[in-house]
Amino acid sequence: MVVSTMSFKPTLPLLISAFVSLLTGCNEANKLSLSERSIIYCSEGSPETFNPQLSTSGTTTDAIAKQLYNSLIVYKGHNNILGPSLAKDWHVTRDGKKITFYLRQDVRFHQTNYFTPTRLFNADDVLFSFNRILDKSHAFHHVSGGQYPFFQSIKFDELVEKVEKINDFTVRFILTRNDSSFLANLATDYASILSAEYGEKLFIENTPHKIDILPVGTGPFKLKDYRVGSLIRFYRHDLYWQEKAKIEQLVFDISPSKTSRLTKLLAKECDVSSYPIAHAKIAERSDLLLESITSLNVGYFGFNTKKQPFDNKLVRQAISLAINKQAIIDTVYHSKAARAKSILPKTSWAYDSNTPELGYDPVRAKSLLEVAGYPQGFTMDLWAMPVQRAYNPNAVTMAKLIQADLKKIGVKVKIVSYEWSTFLRRLSLGEHQSFLLGWNADNPEPDNFFTPMLSCSASENGNNRTFWCNEEFDQLLQKALKTTNMSTRKSYYAQAMAIISEEIPLLPIAHSKRFQARGTDVEGDILSTFGGISFYQASKTKLTSEPQNIAKPDKSKKVSN
Amino acid sequence: MLTFTLRRISLFIFTMLVLTLLSFSLSFLFPGDTVINHSGQINATASELVQLNKAYQMDKSIVDQYGAYLTHILNGDFGQSMASQSPINNEIIELLPATIELSLVALLIAMVVGIPLGFIAAINHNKASDNVILSLAMLGYSIPVFWLGLLAILVFSIGLGWLPSAGQISLLFEIEFVSGIQFIDILLSDSPYKWQAFSNASAHIILPACVIALAPATIFIRLSRAAMIEVLAASYIRAARAKGLSFQQIIFRHAIRNALIKIIRHVGLQFANLVTIAMVTEVIFSWPGIGRWLIESIYQRDYTAIQSGLLVLSCFIFIIHILTDFIYAALNPLARGNQHGS
Repeated sequence: MVVSTMSFKPTLPLLISAFVSLLTGCNEANKLSLSERSIIYCSEGSPETFNPQLSTSGTTTDAIAKQLYNSLIVYKGHNNILGPSLAKDWHVTRDGKKITFYLRQDVRFHQTNYFTPTRLFNADDVLFSFNRILDKSHAFHHVSGGQYPFFQSIKFDELVEKVEKINDFTVRFILTRNDSSFLANLATDYASILSAEYGEKLFIENTPHKIDILPVGTGPFKLKDYRVGSLIRFYRHDLYWQEKAKIEQLVFDISPSKTSRLTKLLAKECDVSSYPIAHAKIAERSDLLLESITSLNVGYFGFNTKKQPFDNKLVRQAISLAINKQAIIDTVYHSKAARAKSILPKTSWAYDSNTPELGYDPVRAKSLLEVAGYPQGFTMDLWAMPVQRAYNPNAVTMAKLIQADLKKIGVKVKIVSYEWSTFLRRLSLGEHQSFLLGWNADNPEPDNFFTPMLSCSASENGNNRTFWCNEEFDQLLQKALKTTNMSTRKSYYAQAMAIISEEIPLLPIAHSKRFQARGTDVEGDILSTFGGISFYQASKTKLTSEPQNIAKPDKSKKVSN
Repeated sequence: MLTFTLRRISLFIFTMLVLTLLSFSLSFLFPGDTVINHSGQINATASELVQLNKAYQMDKSIVDQYGAYLTHILNGDFGQSMASQSPINNEIIELLPATIELSLVALLIAMVVGIPLGFIAAINHNKASDNVILSLAMLGYSIPVFWLGLLAILVFSIGLGWLPSAGQISLLFEIEFVSGIQFIDILLSDSPYKWQAFSNASAHIILPACVIALAPATIFIRLSRAAMIEVLAASYIRAARAKGLSFQQIIFRHAIRNALIKIIRHVGLQFANLVTIAMVTEVIFSWPGIGRWLIESIYQRDYTAIQSGLLVLSCFIFIIHILTDFIYAALNPLARGNQHGS
């Protein structure tokens, strides 16, 4: 009797499992078409604005710059050579003060549900974009706060006298002086071109602030939808002036939690993930690919050259010789960084492979200390930054390693750390003897590494916390800026780096890498050495019906440089 | 039935009054200025502050202040979120449907799984299957939901790759917001990928809903088991058996119906428990519901959002409670006569 009543028991779980398999089954089969044409990117944060001119934050630049906009010129190829973009050609006068850009005549702005362009891109748009930054009386200058951090840091308004329209497709920049970093700065993501026509429309509608919220650009994607803290949806710009992007839809899934980014990546809910954790776990999966790129940054160990005993060059050399950089890279950077020979990373065009590097030689270090007059060693303090940065993921651990290294040559190290803002303030007052810090470059222009970090002017009111000031070094930097000949400039920078190696105001330690993880079905370059990421080249291959590859592809462990 | 309805409605009104009194007093208890806690306008200028003080009648007696607060709430003005500076009622309207959807699906799963299992246990009272079901129920009840949620993601999303781990639907599908209940919106949309979106959304809801459903399901097992045992011991069952009805006839025609009535009473009570579990689960599965929003508000010390969120959630739970009471009363005439309610 009892047995007969139990006949309905197994049907329920059976029904549920059938339902589940039905759902997941058809889900996989049909979604393929849509998912093949789209990429979901798990990003680490929301952008602050949709106008790259207004921000230097990496998260914002990643999200908007290369997706939505173009600059007049761009850096191309692995050697980072300047190439045409919205300007098909340009001409620099002999004195370097007049730069004429010849614009493309076939560029269309985005057509979105908030704006329909009626004309092609022309000189007015270039004037609009740059006058907004330069001209304080421009109708849009003070919209969204009137702060243009990148352009203010390079003193753009002092450099550019005016921007002229020669004809509809020719624009001329008139500079107050010759500056060879000018073109490099125009090629950054920050120098994006906005639509003047859209600006006019918003001005008439009295909603000028919308220009930075609802963007109209010329880039390969256009904005479809943005929900703060949740997602950004881009559609392909079908009338892009170059070949159109390979994917039709690009979605930024904003996931600030690093574990949730990892989960989504592993569960295939995002195709590409920014700054992944658990590198080993990702590398061992055959369906995921861990990539990295050496960014333009440097983490260094600096000395206060205005304080005893580091006012003595020999002491600085001795300390540098005693430090085992490779051990630091293995421990602090988990071997995921390039050892720094000098302050310029390998990816910079001015990098010189012949730059001398002080090696690791504790014996010589000890003898140098004796020559310098410290046979018994001395006690020093070492300031370790309290926050995590790409160029230095763990300064306190690094300080401890340095402490152990220096103990071997008889130097006692006291590690000092303050809360970040106090740390920076006291550092600028010069209270320290030595410190751990780093530098992130804004553009591929090598000057961006030298002048802000080590020039005399930067030691007075800037980022030069070594307070090192060397006339010869400064003159080399000036000369390098006055010429546009790349190889001449390169040789000037090589000489400057030789001076750094000799004088050692700071010991460059590592150029860290930027990581990204993606499914093996996503193809095309996304990361770039500097500036924001770009999904223009990215595409997706068809997923094979077999869930697992029989042979593990070699790609999974390849780390590209 | 009329007295019953009136009694429930008056109970609802009084409970809501007490709840608003509580949320009103929270503004005083939270740190910061009371009127700013009420309105959430942390960046208010001096003139705006004067206006706000007037609107909330801060210069008058506490009773007037409470009256002004009530008027604001009755007008649907919960103030602004301190964190995002957008009106809270907009945020709640966007988020509450997702929570309702998730909790209802979870409740359904809990009932569909729990009640039959409880009946089976009761029918096989004191036999092996009864003991197995009871021990499983005990085990299920003891599992903490945050651990179960993570485990489910680890096994089903990462390990087996069967089900997605986060969100309501794949971000690739664009579904216009109409009712907020995802399934209804998908059916209303004119997207060419409607049915893919539907199955995708179903796949997304399975894991969180099952995780939420586990604890209530175990309670339903025990409730339905107890109810069934009680019914099976009743004299009318014995009479039916004496009349020669087969066991199946007894169970399906008499026992199940009578046992179900007893269980329905508890659904409302269980729903409160279920919503609490749902709040934690929403965080784990990044479900865009009000629970996750409320927990984030706590992190961000968004006092206005905490107040209004609590008020709306408790109101929602209470409405469900009353609804189940009505259903119970409609099914069981005996309950309507109960003078003192439950």
